[in-house]
Amino acid sequence: MKTERENNDNPLGYPTELVTADTTYRSASEQVADISLSWKPHPRAWYIGFAISFCLLMLLFLAVTWLFIRGVGIWGVQIPVAWGFAIVNFVWWVGIGHAGTFISAFLLLMSQQWRNSINRFTEAMTLFAVACAGLFPLLHLGRPQVFYWLFPYPDTMGLWPQFRSPLVWDVFAVSTYLIVSLVFWYVGLIPDLATVRDLAKPLWKRRLYGVLALGWRNSARHWQRHQTLYLILGGLATPLVVSVHSVVSFDFSVAIVPGWHSTIFPPYFVAGAILSGFAMVLNIVIPIRKFYGLENMITSKHLNAMGCVMLVVALIVGYGYVVETLMAWYSGDEFEIFMILDRMTGHYSWIYWLVILCNVIVPQALWSRQVRLTPWKLFIVAAFANLGMWLERVVIVIQSLSKDFMTSSWQNYTPTFWDWATLFGTLGLFFTLLFLFIRFVPIISISEIRELVHERSHEH
Amino acid sequence: MSTDIYGLMARFETAERLVEATHAMRDAGYVRMDAYAPFPVEGLSGALGFRRNAVPAIMLGGGVLGGAGAYFMQVYAMAYDYPLDIGGRPLHSWPAFIPITFELTVLSATLLGLLGMLALNGLPRLHHPVFSAAGFDRASIDGFFLCIERSDEKFSPTETRARLEDLGAVNIEEVPLE
Amino acid sequence: MNEKSPHPVRQWRSLEERAATPEFREWLEREFPPLASEWHDGLSRRSFLKMMGASFALAGLGACTRQPREKIVPYVSQPERVIPGRPLTFATAMPLGGNAHGLLVESHEGRPTKIEGNPAHPATLGASDVFLQASVLDLYDPARSKAPTHRGEIAPWPAFQQAMLEQTQRDPTGAGLRILTGRTTSSTLIDQIDTLRQRMPGLRWHHFEPLDASTIERGPSDPVHDLSVAEVIVAVDADPFGEGPARLVNIRQWANRRSRMDRSRPRLYVAEPAPTITGARADFRRILRGSAVAGLLRQLQEGRADDEWSRHLLADLERHQGSCLFIAGRSPADEVRALTDMLNARYGRSAGKKPAQSGSPDSLAELAAAMRAGEVQTLLVLGTNPVATAPSDLMFGEALGRVGFSAHLGLMADATAQACQWHLPEAHYLESWSDCLAFDGTPSLVQPLIEPLYGGWTAHELLALLTGTINSSSHKIVRAFWRKTAGVTDFEEFWRRSLASGVVDFRFNDAAEETTRREPQSSRAGELEINFRMDPALYDGRFGNNGWLRELAAPLTKVCWGNVVQISPATAARLGLSTGDMVTLERAGRSVDGPVFIQPGHADEAVTVTLGHGHPAGGSNAGYGFDAYPLRTTDALWTGFVSLRRSKGKQEIVTTQHHQTMDGREFVRVVNSADEKPDTEPPQKEETLYHPDEFLQGDLQWGMAIDLNACVGCNACIIACQAENNIPVVGPGQVAMGREMAWIRLDRYFEGTESAPEIHFQPVPCMHCENAPCELVCPVGATLHDSEGLNVQIYNRCIGTRYCSNNCPYKVRRFNFLEYNGDVSSSERLQKNPDVTVRVRGVMEKCTYCVQRISAARIEVKKEFRAIRDGEVIPACAQACPAEAITFGNVADPQSRVSRKKRSPLNYGLLAELNTRPRTTYLAKVRIE
Repeated sequence: MKTERENNDNPLGYPTELVTADTTYRSASEQVADISLSWKPHPRAWYIGFAISFCLLMLLFLAVTWLFIRGVGIWGVQIPVAWGFAIVNFVWWVGIGHAGTFISAFLLLMSQQWRNSINRFTEAMTLFAVACAGLFPLLHLGRPQVFYWLFPYPDTMGLWPQFRSPLVWDVFAVSTYLIVSLVFWYVGLIPDLATVRDLAKPLWKRRLYGVLALGWRNSARHWQRHQTLYLILGGLATPLVVSVHSVVSFDFSVAIVPGWHSTIFPPYFVAGAILSGFAMVLNIVIPIRKFYGLENMITSKHLNAMGCVMLVVALIVGYGYVVETLMAWYSGDEFEIFMILDRMTGHYSWIYWLVILCNVIVPQALWSRQVRLTPWKLFIVAAFANLGMWLERVVIVIQSLSKDFMTSSWQNYTPTFWDWATLFGTLGLFFTLLFLFIRFVPIISISEIRELVHERSHEH
Repeated sequence: MSTDIYGLMARFETAERLVEATHAMRDAGYVRMDAYAPFPVEGLSGALGFRRNAVPAIMLGGGVLGGAGAYFMQVYAMAYDYPLDIGGRPLHSWPAFIPITFELTVLSATLLGLLGMLALNGLPRLHHPVFSAAGFDRASIDGFFLCIERSDEKFSPTETRARLEDLGAVNIEEVPLE
Repeated sequence: MNEKSPHPVRQWRSLEERAATPEFREWLEREFPPLASEWHDGLSRRSFLKMMGASFALAGLGACTRQPREKIVPYVSQPERVIPGRPLTFATAMPLGGNAHGLLVESHEGRPTKIEGNPAHPATLGASDVFLQASVLDLYDPARSKAPTHRGEIAPWPAFQQAMLEQTQRDPTGAGLRILTGRTTSSTLIDQIDTLRQRMPGLRWHHFEPLDASTIERGPSDPVHDLSVAEVIVAVDADPFGEGPARLVNIRQWANRRSRMDRSRPRLYVAEPAPTITGARADFRRILRGSAVAGLLRQLQEGRADDEWSRHLLADLERHQGSCLFIAGRSPADEVRALTDMLNARYGRSAGKKPAQSGSPDSLAELAAAMRAGEVQTLLVLGTNPVATAPSDLMFGEALGRVGFSAHLGLMADATAQACQWHLPEAHYLESWSDCLAFDGTPSLVQPLIEPLYGGWTAHELLALLTGTINSSSHKIVRAFWRKTAGVTDFEEFWRRSLASGVVDFRFNDAAEETTRREPQSSRAGELEINFRMDPALYDGRFGNNGWLRELAAPLTKVCWGNVVQISPATAARLGLSTGDMVTLERAGRSVDGPVFIQPGHADEAVTVTLGHGHPAGGSNAGYGFDAYPLRTTDALWTGFVSLRRSKGKQEIVTTQHHQTMDGREFVRVVNSADEKPDTEPPQKEETLYHPDEFLQGDLQWGMAIDLNACVGCNACIIACQAENNIPVVGPGQVAMGREMAWIRLDRYFEGTESAPEIHFQPVPCMHCENAPCELVCPVGATLHDSEGLNVQIYNRCIGTRYCSNNCPYKVRRFNFLEYNGDVSSSERLQKNPDVTVRVRGVMEKCTYCVQRISAARIEVKKEFRAIRDGEVIPACAQACPAEAITFGNVADPQSRVSRKKRSPLNYGLLAELNTRPRTTYLAKVRIE
């Protein structure tokens, strides 16, 4: 906590420091590299966290095995609610992924230097989130064994995917997103792998990281091309991240289901994605910087900045809710109007109001600097936002389907044990990957920290 | 003084001194040299006389290729190869083809960019003579190096070494060829 | 809950493990002989079928694709031999409630698979209903008895023959010999009995039909009426569309005149306690307690009107003097009959005719009395189940204990089978030779389509045994009877013609009926009226093990897999009951627990229960619902009084429709007859900026029109579709989750007040939209349009994203969430239609307009180089529909019947405002003021 207090000394009272004065090239390099190199015991939190995540991961395997044995009927899905938790989780996870790309790509373009010490980490988070998300479109198929029919490939019957279907757009959007994020992440990682290689003592580690570093030798020419690529990738990833969640929102807005068929969906999904994404970043970063003592690199300026972003997107999301209601009323379409009223007063209304609470009301606390600067308060607000965004998808997917056109077909949805198992299972997958990442990969972009150190040495 | 060395590796204290030194050596007519720093140092590659960077062009090419390819794949599939009556929609329903076109544009630009960057940098390359220079591992931590290669015609073990020392190299190592 | 069962092999083991558990053993001892023990165990129906499957593979299957030994005659043309892949159609008749229903049965390589009405038969006119349609499944029911049993142990046939012969020798005059049959009109059977009577004068014959009061105590059976002439039809506590041997004819006569084709619309007045399909279609429905029937009739007779309904009716009666018809059902009171006859005499053209009945058997009550008096030494129960279904005050089961020698011939090891010493497997009517009379006396021959799967006997063969003839075939017996009766010179030709046409060109003269007086019950304080009614799906319970009918939602309650205690909203409010609450009904010292169901339009201070649920049928499905028979006594066969007590708990009621109103969305459009547009007015042209006909240019474009004026909501289309299209039964657990598979569903909406709502029916198959929303969103193009405008579903391309269902505004798509067909027993597989794919897990399915029938027709016309004629392709639903409400055909041909229907100003598309351009359209209901 010491750093926070120091940082508040400047006239505006906002923390400005990205790296603390005592950080040098070597200290920064070693501090970060050690996390992945040294065998000295990690904080107990790491072991506990890993154990829990791993159990959940096993639960996921169980759930998926049973799913493949029995079929999607083990979930609560039915007619009319033919999409259940699987799609809810899919949308939620994709959304979480977005913060990573947003931070590393968009802020890179805006040359927001405060991104530097968190981007690596959030990019990894993106990868893992998208990996979790990617599972669901496959799992929720009635016949997952033939998922590859979604891709254009030389089919013996000469068949193609039906390119007018948003689900096919999804396939392309999500896989593109996964690949681009991976490239972006790895390109940024190469110099740091080289650093780890050079700091590593035992030969096998030098070799291992050496191979991963692709023989990077910090040549100025290499740096030049590397930086260009990295910047352009940032430029591509920014519209990509917007496109991905827009495409996901098309799954709904292209359909004619009341409550889905709405033009506000793309922007409002993207905003929601960023909200949940930043929330997840905070929920992970705050504990980590504490347990690994990284307060000097992930300073309260970062927390403050992320808090501000969350506040903004929360407002946009709130606007989305308002517009949705307004448009329903303005359309004069009896089905749309009914749908909104049912959201607010019907069987699922409690979820709707919980969503409003989590995504719009609670984030208002972020107006207070004091909240933005107190890690545990920020953590709580973020947790609310995460829950809220998941519930929002429940409302969109399940409530809309449960009461569409034919009153005779209306029916409510009840999740089964396996629905929950799959949800928590993917949480397990996500955090297991995350803990392994923390353990074996430089979680902060060392080269960029060195850059910061270099610049600071000039300020003074 | 054996002749089978790769070059001379001089380490400088700071990025600034490295850039100055690089400029100086270049003014002195040295061409075959390379500089190494733990982070992208501004102006360093310029000092080395590195001008044209093909990466953006490659990515643009990739993007255009991918985008066009994607759109034509969809039109071909939906309207010519296997036309079907899908919900009475036109065979060539172009608005529906835009998302995939965009995604594939980004994808192929990215992939070509990555390959381009690696190819131009001659990576992956698991070994390089400079690695055998003593203390070179600091290049990825806090060392700023300038390597004058022996293949440069102005290269002379003694004179070059002297010149580097003048430029304030804190340490000069011979880079063995093997 | 009927959850899916694990692997069959496991089941075998687990059953033994099961048997080891104390409660299971206790339960074995408590009630059943070892063999019958499987029927009610906790295992799901499916798992049970799976278990039995293996044994059938050994037991019956070898036999069941064999043709019967005797010569049977195809209906249309007799091919040299069965052409593989080409179904044959045979005419036969199904006896139900004693009267014949003429059928055409489709047979694939010797397997009867689909049942249709026989157009030449007076009782079906080519239509059918749920019972006829579903009876084919009973044939393959794995729960059927497979061997004779003696006190629960399997015994060989000869053993029974031996025992029977000894028994007859012991009592040659037949003094103590009684035969109990269901209500029968089989002239052969009656002739056999008469012959027996001559041998053993002491022999007495009784008959019993749970739903026919006249068989329980001597009395007049309900008359059948001719609706084709009446201008005003008044049904007082009667359900002419749902019950009685002439129900299909009634529907046809009424519906034809109600549809736009014929402008003279008979007006239907109904007064009843619980809404029936007749009441639902009434122009003027009055809620009347079952015990008030006589009162109302008396009041009408005296010309008094103290309510809107009666006033309106009396006016109408005056206006249509001479062409009115009164139908008063059920009520045992002779006063009611007298009043009805008087009213018919005054306003009507004719009183109803008695349904055909031959012979004059004694009633069940008399038999029970004789049994209690110990006069009965030998009792043969032929194809009826009195122990479970007789009025409880007869205490039939108990009386049966006093009978020295009792044998039961039946399809299932039901309660009676377990109470008798001998149980003999009966041959299903599709396995039997017999004959019976239509309600109007037209005889029909029952010819088998398949050898008895389990070597069952017919009643004829059993009676022949009494005369000492062992192993005689019912074929011989029936032929012999007709040879001597028909009195024609060329009998072979007569026989062939009768079999081929499905009706026998011959007439008997009806036997008279004696009657005894009965008085209606009166209530005691604090009691509710209870009405016992036929179950719209299980009949009297004999179909209790039929998966299709178990899963068929009742037309008014939309409840399946169980029955409910129907009660009016007001009374429920008074008693603080809500749907699903368990209540105990107590009557005459017997009590029954069941879940309450609040039924709009039900009479206050009264409850209605349907008979035949719970256990009466026997079989593995029998456990669902509660058995109301124990409450039913001879003095209250249809209406009595019970005390209702709230008992513990709530029960989830399995229903296929959770929301009962349209909420102002005009799914069912209603036009007042006053503001009806004339047919001449051309339908308004719809404007669009798109090019809707870019694809559908062909001169063969399929479409369907459903006339809501004709539809009476009888459910026949649903079962017909299920039988034709191999639609699986998913069980109550899955239905409760919202996973029923019916391709055509019957939506039932209430409009207006809860106490006296207007009721609408709407059959909803796939709309085959020209701009189908489902197609647009399928990522693999598994659903798309063919050149004839069908919205087709390609099962082997479907990957199961279910997006199409989400985007279907009509929600007609059905998904195989689990491997629903994996569990079909090997015997039930024989029913599957080989022309229709059996869908695997994970694929979407839906109504195809019976595309297999379309392609069959396409092949035919190709051979004859001609176009498909109008009416040449009829989907299963349209074919079954007794109301002819569904018209299918080529909408590109302006002369086709469907095009003419669609030209009507009443024609509208469901949710057409979504611009889906549905090919299935509806004709708006005309409300008569």
